[in-house]
Order: sequence, then C-alpha cells, then structure tokens
Amino acid sequence: MTEQPKNFGFGEDETMLKDSAQKFFSDNCSPDKIHGQVARDPSIHRPIETIWDKSLWQQVVELGWTAVCIPEAAGGIGMPLVAAVAIAEEAGKAAFPSPLISTYCATFTLMACDTDTANKALGDIATGTATTLAITNRDGSWESTDTDVSVVDGKLTGTAWFVQDAKKSDRFVVSAKGENGVGLYLVEATAANIDIIADGIIDLTRDQAHITFDAAQCTELAAQGAGDKALDAAMPSILTIVSADMVGAGEWLLQTTTEYTKTRVQFDRPLGFFQAVKHPLVNVMLDIDRTKSLVYNSACSIDSGESNTELNARMAKSQASDMAVFSSSRAIQFHGGIGFTWECFVHIFFKRQMHNHVLYGDAKYQRAKLADMVIGKAA
Amino acid sequence: MSEAHKMDTPEQSAFRNHCKEWLANNHPGRPTVKLPLGALELSDPEALAWLQKWQKSAYDAGLIGCDYPKEVGGGGMDNCQSIANTEMQRVQTPYLPNIIGMGMAAPTVLFHARDEVKAELLPKLFSGEEIWCQGFSEPGAGSDLANQQTFAERDGDNWVINGHKVWTSLAHFAEWMILLCRTSKDDKYNGLSYFVVPIKKALGNGVTVRPLIKLTGETGFNEVIFDNLIVDDRYRLDDVGAGWKVAMTTLSHERGAGPMTTPASGGMAVEEEEGAQTNSAMALIQLAKQQYRNGKTAADDPLIRDDLIKMMIRQEAFRQNQRRASVPSLTDHPMRIPLQFKLVATEMAQDLQQVAYEVEGAASTLYVNDDNAPVKGQWPLAYMNSFGVTIAAGANEVQRNILGERVLGMPKSK
Ligand SMILES: Cc1cc2nc3c(=O)[nH]c(=O)nc-3n(C[C@H](O)[C@H](O)[C@H](O)COP(=O)(O)OP(=O)(O)OC[C@H]3O[C@@H](n4cnc5c(N)ncnc54)[C@H](O)[C@@H]3O)c2cc1C
Repeated sequence: MTEQPKNFGFGEDETMLKDSAQKFFSDNCSPDKIHGQVARDPSIHRPIETIWDKSLWQQVVELGWTAVCIPEAAGGIGMPLVAAVAIAEEAGKAAFPSPLISTYCATFTLMACDTDTANKALGDIATGTATTLAITNRDGSWESTDTDVSVVDGKLTGTAWFVQDAKKSDRFVVSAKGENGVGLYLVEATAANIDIIADGIIDLTRDQAHITFDAAQCTELAAQGAGDKALDAAMPSILTIVSADMVGAGEWLLQTTTEYTKTRVQFDRPLGFFQAVKHPLVNVMLDIDRTKSLVYNSACSIDSGESNTELNARMAKSQASDMAVFSSSRAIQFHGGIGFTWECFVHIFFKRQMHNHVLYGDAKYQRAKLADMVIGKAA
Repeated sequence: MSEAHKMDTPEQSAFRNHCKEWLANNHPGRPTVKLPLGALELSDPEALAWLQKWQKSAYDAGLIGCDYPKEVGGGGMDNCQSIANTEMQRVQTPYLPNIIGMGMAAPTVLFHARDEVKAELLPKLFSGEEIWCQGFSEPGAGSDLANQQTFAERDGDNWVINGHKVWTSLAHFAEWMILLCRTSKDDKYNGLSYFVVPIKKALGNGVTVRPLIKLTGETGFNEVIFDNLIVDDRYRLDDVGAGWKVAMTTLSHERGAGPMTTPASGGMAVEEEEGAQTNSAMALIQLAKQQYRNGKTAADDPLIRDDLIKMMIRQEAFRQNQRRASVPSLTDHPMRIPLQFKLVATEMAQDLQQVAYEVEGAASTLYVNDDNAPVKGQWPLAYMNSFGVTIAAGANEVQRNILGERVLGMPKSK
C-alpha cells in the first residue's frame, strides 16, 4: 500500500531539527515556567488576556522554524512537511504558547494559493510575521465553503469566528464569500475597520478571538471560487500539524503520569504496581503510538505528493482526537486529588488537548468524512 | 512515486526481484482441500500435506529461513526474510503450516543448540517436512510459566522426562517439541532447563498425545503426557539450569520482538468469496455493503460506518507502527513498538470480528455448517477463534504487564 520511504522522510536534517527543537523547549519552556506564565490567575472570571513570551517567539523565528516548509523561491527553507511535524510535536510536548502552529496552518493555505500575493505573504512569514486563519463561521463549521464574511468591492464585511492565536498574530488569512464563490484575503491586524474580540477560552496556552470586519481593506490571495479549494488542499497538512502537537502533548502526559505512579506510594506500594493503573497507562501508550505513526505517514504521503493525503490526514486526526481525550483523562485520574488542582501542571496539557481535539473536526467528524470517502455516501 | 524500495541494499533488492519472479510462476493457487482459518486449527492430514507442499516449495526457492546461516539450512542473507514475507503477502499466498517451528523453535535452536544439532534439525524445520510444537504450558503453569512441574532427571548421557503439558498446538502432527521443564526443585527460575524432544518417534514409548477440543468444535491443541521419555543430552539447549534464559529467546520471538524475523506467508482467504478475509477491515466493509439491516445495507448505518472506519484506522496504524519500528531514530525505546505487536494485532482482529456480528445481524447466528451463513460462517468462526490468540503466547493482560514494566519502567506486578 505504501510507496513511500520507510523512514517517513526523516532524514538527517529532519532528525537534527527534532533534536534541536527538543533541546530548545527543555531549555526555555519548562512546564514550571509555562505554568508561572499562563496560569497566574486561576479565577474563573479572570479578565480575558493574552499572555505569552514574545522574546521566545523571536528566537523561534531566528531559528528559522516559521520558514521550514516555505519554498526557497518564496524565501523559505523548503524542507518537507515532516520537518514542521517534528517541531510541532516538540512544541506540543512543551505546551508552547505561541502562534507557531496557527502560523503553520496559514502557511499551508498560502502555499496552496499559488499566487504572487500569497507567495509574498509566505516570505513575510519566513521572516517572522505571525499569520493565522480566519475561516470559521459562527457555527464552528469546518467546511471550506462556510463563512460569515462576505467580500464586496474588494472589502470584507462580517465576522470570522474561532480564530486561533488571533491576538498574537500580525495578519489574518480570511475566507469570504463573493458573487463567484469563496476567496481568501489577507488583512493586517492593525487594519482599520476591524475589531478583534478575544474569546474567554479554557486552553491557557493559546488565545482565540472572533474578528468583525466592517468594509475592511484586504489583499486578495485566492480569487473567488479558488479560496475554498486552496483550503481543501491545505487541510491535510493542517490536520497533520495539529495532530503532531497532540502527539507531543500526549507523550508528556504519559511520561509525567508514569513517573508519578512510580513515586507515589499507597498501600505500601508505588501506584504503578496496581494493574488498574498500569494497564490503562499502557493503553495510553498504544494510543499515542498509533497516532504518531499515522501522523508521520500522513506527513510523508503529503511530501511524496500522493493522491490519498486527505484519507491519511483524517485518519491521523481522528486517532489523535481520541488519544487526546484518553491521554489527558487518565493523567488527571491517576494523579488523584493533586491532579484535580490548578497547581498541578497536568491541566495545562489537558486543556490544550481538549482544544486541539475539536479543532478542524473531532474524531467522529473525521470518521464520518472517511466513511463517505471509503464506503461511499450513506443511502 | 517509485520510492518503494529505495532503502533496499543491493542484496535485498536482488532478492526482492527473485521473490517476485518466483512467486509470479509458483503461486500454489487455491487450496484443493478445506483449510481451517489458521495453522493452529489444523487437524486434517490432507490439509497439512497440501500446506507442507507449499512450504517446501517456498523453502526450496529460498523464501524461508533466508536470514539463517547456510550451514543450518538457511539462506545466509541479511534482513531478507521480511522482504520475502512482504512479497508473499503481496500476492496473497496460503499460510505456512510449521509456524511454531519457524517462529519459536528455529531462533531458540539457532541461539542455544550445539552446532551439529542445528544442522540436524533446522533444514527440515524450514522445509516444513518436520512439524514442531511447543511444550511450555502445564495445568499449573500458564501465565506463571516458571511454575513448571514436568521433571527431567539425569541418567548418564540421557535425561528421563515425566510430566504433563497442555494446550500443545500441533503436537498431533509434531516430529519435535521444544520443551521447558524442571531439573531442580530448589529454585523456581534457576531450576529450569530446556530441551528439544522427539514426539512422533516416541509415541507409545514415553509420549502420549491426546486432542483437546476448542470452543469452536475444532481441535488443534492437545495434552501431552511424558512417562519416562528418554532424551539424549545432546538435545539439551544451553546449560542445565539456564532454561528460563532460553525460554526468553522463544518468548521474545513469539511476540514478534526477537532479533530473527519469522517467515510469514499469508493473505489468502481460506474461502474464495468476497468479504471472506476475516482479518481485513476492507473485507468487512465489502460484507457490510451486502448485508441488510432495517431496509438498508449495514454500510448505510451511521453507527456501523463509524465502527468500520475505526477498524480501518487501527489497521492502518498497525501497518504504520511496523514501519516506524524499523526506524530506530523514530522510537524512543527500542522495544516499545515490537512488544506491542502481539497484543495490538490480536485485539484488533477480535474487535473487527466482533463488529461483523452487527454487520451480519440475524445471519450471524448461522454457523459454518449452514449453507445460508454469510461467507460460509467465517466471521463468527474467526471471532470465536480470536480468543485463542488473545490468550495464547502470553495472555494480553500479561502483555500489558510486560509493556508497563519493561517499556514504561513501572513496578513489577508479578
Ligand atoms: C489456542 C491456544 C493455543 C495454545 N498453544 C500452546 C502451545 O502450543 N504451547 C504451549 O505451551 N501453550 C499453548 N497455549 C497455552 C497458553 O500459552 C496459555 O493458555 C496462556 O499462557 C495462559 O495461561 P492459562 O491458560 O493457564 O491462563 P491463566 O494463566 O490461568 O490466566 C487466566 C486469566 O488470568 C489472567 N492473568 C493471569 N496472570 C495474570 C497477571 N499476573 N496479571 C493479570 N492478569 C493475569 C490472564 O491474562 C487470563 O486472562 C495455547 C493456548 C491457546 C488458547
């Protein structure tokens, strides 16, 4: 079935990149530090604010991580998707608060546009312009043709919902409906006639907003009728990169919980002695491994230019979403009372997993799509 | 992309071509006898003979035992067995009958027997002419394998063996058995030793084999009684008292986690009809399109669709895990994926076959002896048989202990 390199395309460069990402995050992004940063205010009615370490983002940009997958011709490094997957996995393991993943999602979309304006925007991402997708309607539809924004006379009006890392981003890639279908448009975060309204969200490691446009200026990236197609073309990469983040977070949850069960003693035994604890943690490991292999396969099939990339990506995201829920629920449960507190780091990863779990479609959504592709539409 | 084999060494690539070419001309075709779903349920001597003929021809062509040294009947190559396996499975060949021999006995003999014993035993093991069985389990030693009571007592250059083995698959056809037993009562683990012992030759002369009936109504495993069986000391593997260590070689290969790759042909469904491949989610999807439920096909039911796709995803993940396991830099613990194979594969098959009941609906009540059963009743039969493998080769609960302890480093449950 698979006609791809056995190592999923993880050559020397990609492996080195993964190692250096791991080192970067362990040096700069310990759970302790993240918690001190983003979890300062536990109040359930806390003010909605965006807290992140912008200097760390600058370092990420200097390391070239925003440029990895951008073609050299557009000013990037031109590495395969597995390179970004390697970084995303490590970012997930560190619950890194940054616009990195959202910028990757915008990057894939711009790469699918294949226009001069999109290529120019890619060059800007390569040099650190954080860019995010504004492509979701009020209902949270993941369909590329659904948007509450319209384009009239080259100006945008309406509201885009569930925009990831909006307050950290410099630019938005907005989908909007015109007479001839859905197009994609670039809007500066500082533009006039837009209002970025931050959402109060559960995940502490990102921000989210809805953005209202009122005849806002924009640059066309993909013409009407081409925008939804670009989004569809980018979707396999988007699903893959989000799933990679979840793999990393899952591994953190597994390792942390396993360590805890080796040291916490009850009934004169470390908790991990008891099979009611041991076996579910093994099941979490199985779930993570399934996901990781599906994610690498998905990335590799995209890098190999195969035709079944949507199939592979939706399988990966479906598995990732189920794993995200399972890995975090077991982590909380096996930490006992301490796992239920704000003080314990587990909730940081739990909340990130639950956010990613629904992003671009949960497991059942992916499987419904897969069923249509593989079995055919139901009668 | 034609990158398929870009990681093949020149030797591997030449070997792959050889396999392809040979298989194109020598695929044995559909069986002329009725075969059970797997080798562990073989009871008809004619079915065995047909499969032995297939194994012998594949061995003669160099597709079996390729990575074993030439002196012991192998092909003397490096990492070529997995290529032969892939190529055989690609063209859906029948399964091989001597699975316990190839999967467990061969690596154990290779790593622990004397040279002349290896050369004596392994060629006919690989050719399938001599069937092997495994005498590990006893009434009181299942998961707690080291609790062996079968006893071997030294008598000059011989050993005299007495005891009782159970669940011994293929003993009714076996020429040889790998035997774990006790040589000292002083120490649970260090009191064990390991032998290869004759079965067929010793029937009525120290060995009795009696069939045990499985819940499906099939046979395939047996109880084996040793009553003063005499075995030459040359058939002892490794030192007296080193039986547990030798058994670990057997068990790691049984779980697919040992250094030698087991020859594995397969892929051919034993029944010819569409949807008869009881280990394939795609086959179940085919079946779901033919089976009716509330006036629509099972494939139109949204809940069944979800189950079918879940199984498809698990199967693809299993394939991709096998792929990833072969790339050391992509696995953080070398045994993390290999030690999962047995557990994951057997539970995946069981869950898939359980979904088949819902797909077949009322017709799932029909057994293989009913002409109206969908695809000859193969799916319910496969489901029932699936418990054999979630129990055998170390029950899956024990596999979870092993993974938790060896890979995650959690405290031993015992
Ligand atoms: C189809 C089939 C073929 C077989 N073929 C062979 C063969 O060829 N040669 C051979 O030697 N043996 C063979 N066996 C035997 C097999 O290896 C044993 O059945 C298996 O090791 C389990 O042992 P048991 O049956 O004594 O079950 P038990 O050990 O009594 O286990 C019963 C249940 O308790 C669980 N359990 C036991 N210990 C623990 C623990 N520590 N933690 C958690 N759960 C535990 C088990 O997982 C299982 O669910 C075969 C078995 C089957 C079903």
